[in-house]
Amino acid sequence: MKNTYTIDLTLMPTTLDLWHVALIASILVLALVLIIVLLSMLIGMSRRARQSRSATAKPEVKIVEVEKIVEVERIVEVEKIVQAPAPEPIVLKESTPDAALQLLGLLQKEARFIDFIKEDMNAYGDADIGIAARVVHEGCNKVINEYFTLETLRTEQEGSKITLAKGFNATEVRLTGNIVGEAPFTGTLIHKGWQVSDTRLPKLTRGHDASIVATAEVEL
Amino acid sequence: MSGLFGHVKKNHSQAEAADETVDNKAEPPGQAGSEQATAEPQATEAPGTSHEGVRFSVGIDLGTTHCVLSYADLSKDEDDIQQQVMAVPQLTSPGVIENKKQLPSFLYLAHDAEIAEGSTALPWREKAEYLVGDIARNLGSKTPIRLVASAKSWLCHAGVDCKQAILPSEAPEEVARISPFQATQSYLQHLKDAWENQHPDAPLAAQDLIITVPASFDPAARELTIEAARSVGLNQAQLLEEPQSALYSWIDNSDGDWRQHVEVGDVILVIDVGGGTTDLSLIAVTDQHGNLELTRIAVGDHILLGGDNMDLALAYTIKAKIEKAQGQRLEGWQVEALTHACRDAKEKIFNQVELDNVPLVVPGRGSSLMGGALRSELTREEVDRVLVEGFLPEVAVSERPVVRPRSGLRTQGLPYAQDAGITRHLASFLARQLSAVDELEAVNLPENASFLHPTAVLFNGGVLKAEVLSQRLMKVLNGWLEAEQAPVARLLEGADLDLAVAQGAAYYGIVRQGKGVRIKGGTAASYYVGVESAMPAVPGLAPEVEALCIAPFGMEEGSTEVLSDNEFGLVIGEPVRFRFFASHSRREDKVGMRLDYWTDEELQELDEIEITLPEDGRQQGQVVPVHLSATVTEVGTLELHAVSQRDEHRWKIEFEVRTGAS
Repeated sequence: MKNTYTIDLTLMPTTLDLWHVALIASILVLALVLIIVLLSMLIGMSRRARQSRSATAKPEVKIVEVEKIVEVERIVEVEKIVQAPAPEPIVLKESTPDAALQLLGLLQKEARFIDFIKEDMNAYGDADIGIAARVVHEGCNKVINEYFTLETLRTEQEGSKITLAKGFNATEVRLTGNIVGEAPFTGTLIHKGWQVSDTRLPKLTRGHDASIVATAEVEL
Repeated sequence: MSGLFGHVKKNHSQAEAADETVDNKAEPPGQAGSEQATAEPQATEAPGTSHEGVRFSVGIDLGTTHCVLSYADLSKDEDDIQQQVMAVPQLTSPGVIENKKQLPSFLYLAHDAEIAEGSTALPWREKAEYLVGDIARNLGSKTPIRLVASAKSWLCHAGVDCKQAILPSEAPEEVARISPFQATQSYLQHLKDAWENQHPDAPLAAQDLIITVPASFDPAARELTIEAARSVGLNQAQLLEEPQSALYSWIDNSDGDWRQHVEVGDVILVIDVGGGTTDLSLIAVTDQHGNLELTRIAVGDHILLGGDNMDLALAYTIKAKIEKAQGQRLEGWQVEALTHACRDAKEKIFNQVELDNVPLVVPGRGSSLMGGALRSELTREEVDRVLVEGFLPEVAVSERPVVRPRSGLRTQGLPYAQDAGITRHLASFLARQLSAVDELEAVNLPENASFLHPTAVLFNGGVLKAEVLSQRLMKVLNGWLEAEQAPVARLLEGADLDLAVAQGAAYYGIVRQGKGVRIKGGTAASYYVGVESAMPAVPGLAPEVEALCIAPFGMEEGSTEVLSDNEFGLVIGEPVRFRFFASHSRREDKVGMRLDYWTDEELQELDEIEITLPEDGRQQGQVVPVHLSATVTEVGTLELHAVSQRDEHRWKIEFEVRTGAS
């Protein structure tokens, strides 16, 4: 068969016409877009990798710092607790079960917390429960004091009348009851509220399994 | 060494950036012979000079039960220099790391099967060689056969070789033991690593470093402490006595106001009751060209008695009470848990005046919390009886600690104080030091004084945080003083009893740069070697021994004493041993004095010292005439040398030849 695909170089346009200029321009634009997309992907990936590493002080060391636990009781109530604290989606998204498990482990270690909760209360009299409660209270107290700094949100006496100015922080103070009209609001302080101002949970080695909140113990 | 007193001046060149290389001040002293040059790098810079490249002054309190590291940033302005205590990252249980201000001085020799892979990582190390700190204490409380505790007390224990792997002394054969020296090294290594992890731009070896030791540490124990520091690369470390450090901390805390609280003629009694030891020192306030000067004039014996004994005493009291009431024998772990419970309960009773009893609960070890719980209570009456009356009895100043003859079958262990009465130890100390102020013009004791009258008291150690105990001590002491018509002693307030020693050490680093008052010290004892007296041999009797004074009391750092008149013939290649004695009370003895009689109270025998003259081109068996020379190094250790009469060649005499013949 005779080859009909011979390239005849003389057919190449010697001058640039408008169409070819447009063609070249669009190629360049597309290439640029492609490079930008690739670059942004790369940056995004490296940033994520850095984030996952940023928990450790130094990359080569296997310490995983656990995120601060969500501040639990931050609601000051002016009558009675109606609902759980408003979720803070950003914090919740980043929290891992590790911190919660770690807290459980600490409460078990110091206060025998899980043992106490798992105990069948009906089998014991109040005297026995009272004895156990001392262990639990003492230990919990130690954990809370050692790993958290707690502050009250309101310094006023509970039961006293307080006035909330316009623009008060609704995440700190929850209004209940007869909520009508405009600020300033005056009402009775029912609960002074608690806020964790500092958390000092222990760090964990990378291989540490926080889900084991109490190890089994075998005496030889 | 004087002239550093008076007001702090703002003259130091600001130590600049942190990370210059070390200008290593450690140089072997020129007098060292070639065979020992490697063994003794020695800081030779004059005290009080300012050091380029040093950014921090670091103090390490290497305690019997806890280590604390405190530091001050010297690059800050004079008035801004703040003491800080470093939180030391440490494992608290496998896989869990916490920052704590105290590093418990415990070491745990874990079994391979005991610890999961990777669960002993530290921020600076994949796998810890030895477990030290909180984790060691926690694991060791359940497995005492693998726990090394009180390594520091072993350092000062005559009769054992501190470089021999002897700890834990109760461990079964298969546990690979370690030496008290290695344990000390491990604590220092941990602190060094922790420091360098937090200050990557300021290596610890390049900072001013002070390590504190009990005033009652003998020369061998001091040497071992310095050697341990050097072995982990801390060549520049210097020693400071703990009671002095406590006083420095008090001076530091007073913000320059301390001169208002003491006056010329004061004798300050420092009472340091730590977790495991009680340490006593006397510091006199004298006048030097119109400035107040502090001189440490006496130190007490090494008394192995402290807060841990107190908790144990309470636990055993409660144990007896439970066993009597309930007729059940308590197991080891229950006593252990009871000791912890007693420690907390005791503090509650001490801190809350209205509290008369605290319930104690020891829950069962199984997952059932209710079943098998042991219940008792600690009452105020028991605390008063056991702790206050037991440890701080109101005794007359003439009373002395009871010494029972040790039973011949005593297993090798630490020589714990037999008498728990701290006040009796104190009475004995003050009476023995009656002559300590004889040479001081400023201090005048009445003729009839039967003991040295302190005029001020500084407390140290966590135990004395309890007001009940500190008040009792003051009451007893003031009772003695009143009985001799002397003015009562006042308490110097404002010290942090737990952290003062470390903080004082860091402050001392600043003082050494010439920025504050310095306590004059010198050797805490006079030292003697035993020489056979020249008398005809009597069959069946060992030859009489005379004590030859080789270093007098109060020799200052950097000074040397030579016994050129006393010649010894040493045989090349053969080790020669001398008996070695120390006295805390014979302060008038001069170098070269021979004592042919002394009481046991005056002179304590330490471990023997040994010299071996290497051949070095000489013939074996040849006798070389030598004389002895004693030097107190700038670091704070005592060094003995044998010096050849012929060519001035020097050989170092080793302390650490503990014969093990206890």
